[in-house]
Amino acid sequence: MTATKTFIYDGSFNGFLTAVFAGFEQKLPFADIQKERLAQNGLFSETETIFTNIELAKRVWNGINGRSNSAIKNIYFSFLSGEKNLEPLLYQYIRKIMGSKHVASDFSDACILKISQTAQKVHREKHRMEAFVRFQLTKDGIYFANIEPDFDVLPLISKHFKERYADQPWIIYDLKRNYGLYYDLHGVEIITMDLSNGFGNSIQKSVAMTNEEYDYQDLWNNYFKSTNIKSRINKKLHSQHIPKRYWKYLSEKKEAV
Amino acid sequence: MSMDFNRIKEKLNILADAAKYDVSCSSSGSNRKNTNKGLGNASNGICHSYSEDGRCISLLKILLTNHCIYDCAYCVTRKSNDIKRAAFKIQEVVDLTINFYRRNYIEGLFLSSGIFKDPDYTMERLIAVAKKLRLEENFNGYIHLKSIPGASDELMYEAGLYADRLSVNIEIPTVSGLKLLAPDKKHEDFAKPMLKVKNEIIRFKEERKLLKSTPKYAPAGQSTQMIVGATGESDKDVMYSANHFYKNFHMKRVYYSGYVPVSNDNRLPSIGTQVPMLRENRLYQTDWLLRFYGFSVQELLNAEYPNLDMDVDPKLSWALRNMQHFPVDVNKADISVLARIPGVGMTSVHKIMKARKFRKLDWDHLKKMGVALNRAKYFILCDSRHWERRDLDPQRIKGLILSTSYGKFRPQYSNQLSLFN
Repeated sequence: MTATKTFIYDGSFNGFLTAVFAGFEQKLPFADIQKERLAQNGLFSETETIFTNIELAKRVWNGINGRSNSAIKNIYFSFLSGEKNLEPLLYQYIRKIMGSKHVASDFSDACILKISQTAQKVHREKHRMEAFVRFQLTKDGIYFANIEPDFDVLPLISKHFKERYADQPWIIYDLKRNYGLYYDLHGVEIITMDLSNGFGNSIQKSVAMTNEEYDYQDLWNNYFKSTNIKSRINKKLHSQHIPKRYWKYLSEKKEAV
Repeated sequence: MSMDFNRIKEKLNILADAAKYDVSCSSSGSNRKNTNKGLGNASNGICHSYSEDGRCISLLKILLTNHCIYDCAYCVTRKSNDIKRAAFKIQEVVDLTINFYRRNYIEGLFLSSGIFKDPDYTMERLIAVAKKLRLEENFNGYIHLKSIPGASDELMYEAGLYADRLSVNIEIPTVSGLKLLAPDKKHEDFAKPMLKVKNEIIRFKEERKLLKSTPKYAPAGQSTQMIVGATGESDKDVMYSANHFYKNFHMKRVYYSGYVPVSNDNRLPSIGTQVPMLRENRLYQTDWLLRFYGFSVQELLNAEYPNLDMDVDPKLSWALRNMQHFPVDVNKADISVLARIPGVGMTSVHKIMKARKFRKLDWDHLKKMGVALNRAKYFILCDSRHWERRDLDPQRIKGLILSTSYGKFRPQYSNQLSLFN
């Protein structure tokens, strides 16, 4: 058995791409790429610490992108899944893509299938967040939303919200990962906030919101009920579409939480 | 500006309740960009919520008013029905739409109306809402307006300048059914606005080829809806009618709405009769086969088979009647042939086409790609020495498939199953 090499990186996407660069430079068929915090040494493997280098990361990004646009998207999306031990598989995937751009569509290859399925999962979560974000209007005139997505999808939804809500300032805050996006009518920046005093979800009212905010939530809840056809009730389908873990952020579901 | 929220709430409850029988909630197929840093855009359509009946909520779907001069038996808003009536002011609909949209509740507005005074008067008011949203609020979200049967050509022209989609609900699939249930409405009144919109869409498209700055005209096209199960029509009646609308009016979508009893009128199924949801589901499957799978309506429904099978899907039903086309070799067959295999959807068809360039596909590959092998296995050959060797007749195959599958509608026909076991 040949010893594999272990690369330790800082957990960022650019760090990961830098590690990929190192692996390619050393012509390694396999590379065990691990996040700093989670790193576990294999008994017979050699370890190298990676220092994130934006320039090298860019070269890898452009290299893959030149091969296949859908592949680079699959890599970025599945990386954001944060799934454990996905990096070595991603390394394999990238090697395959660099070998031949056509393999990206070879769904009979287990590695290709796994990466594209993982990317698909993240894509679904991105889409869900574009649907389930609920802005509440604060007294400062900012439309504010809390979310707790399964995957780190803020980087993926930024463009959608910026294009759609170009004329209103907004914040979308990921409580799980404790950072958010703030759009100030000019651009989007990354922020962190102290949200300990219950900026809350749909269940708790907050003094930070305008009074009208709760009137509109009430109207929306009424609309949600009125548009339902009772003789066609299908609760199983209902919760298949809106999994319960999202309910506390949806004002129309707060009574059911 | 302050709103009387209680009054608005009351109106919203009445006018959303009255609008819910229109099944369409689609907000896709448009391509409206956010211009001049305004509000919103419309492209792929997002379901922002789902009601407890499992339907997508994508638009604020309301009537402008449920006052109506007509007395169509199947309609909850009919003149003779003793219900609460209400009417929104134009500005109220604009405010609701904008405030819901800003909170990311909706993709836009779907505005319909009972017919008060006359068709043109009603259509004018629907257009006024859309115009205000577009021109005063710089709103680029999705707008679906109902085309009021009998509305003038001039108004239909104007409506398309502001709306993404226009629709006329034909409601009753047969002319005789319409005569029976909606004696005040003429069949031609439905066709007229549809035809105008179709012709304008073609004209604007031609003009855009010459002049890129030509404004948009109903970029998400037209749709219509038919109620099923109200007049004893056959599936053939429904689907031939749908086919007619797809072919002659370039409809983007035809919707099928299982009749929800709203009346004790003896011309109609009585209140409490079950909504024919399984039938509705089979009609949608048939619709998909026509639009995406290359089937012609005559293959699926004809004089000999005027109604769809309820216990199996229409593609499987067709395959069982046409065993001479099978088995199909998935590693060699044309894409159009793959599309006809039961249990193989278009997503799998495309995956098969791509993957088989690399290696011959076996059962395991097919399964991982998402092919429903419990149905497909009787109809295909692949790279394996294991295949269905028994010379099975269609009835036997159907029985085997039914005994290994669990459909959501299974309880509705479980008594038929005993025939096969």
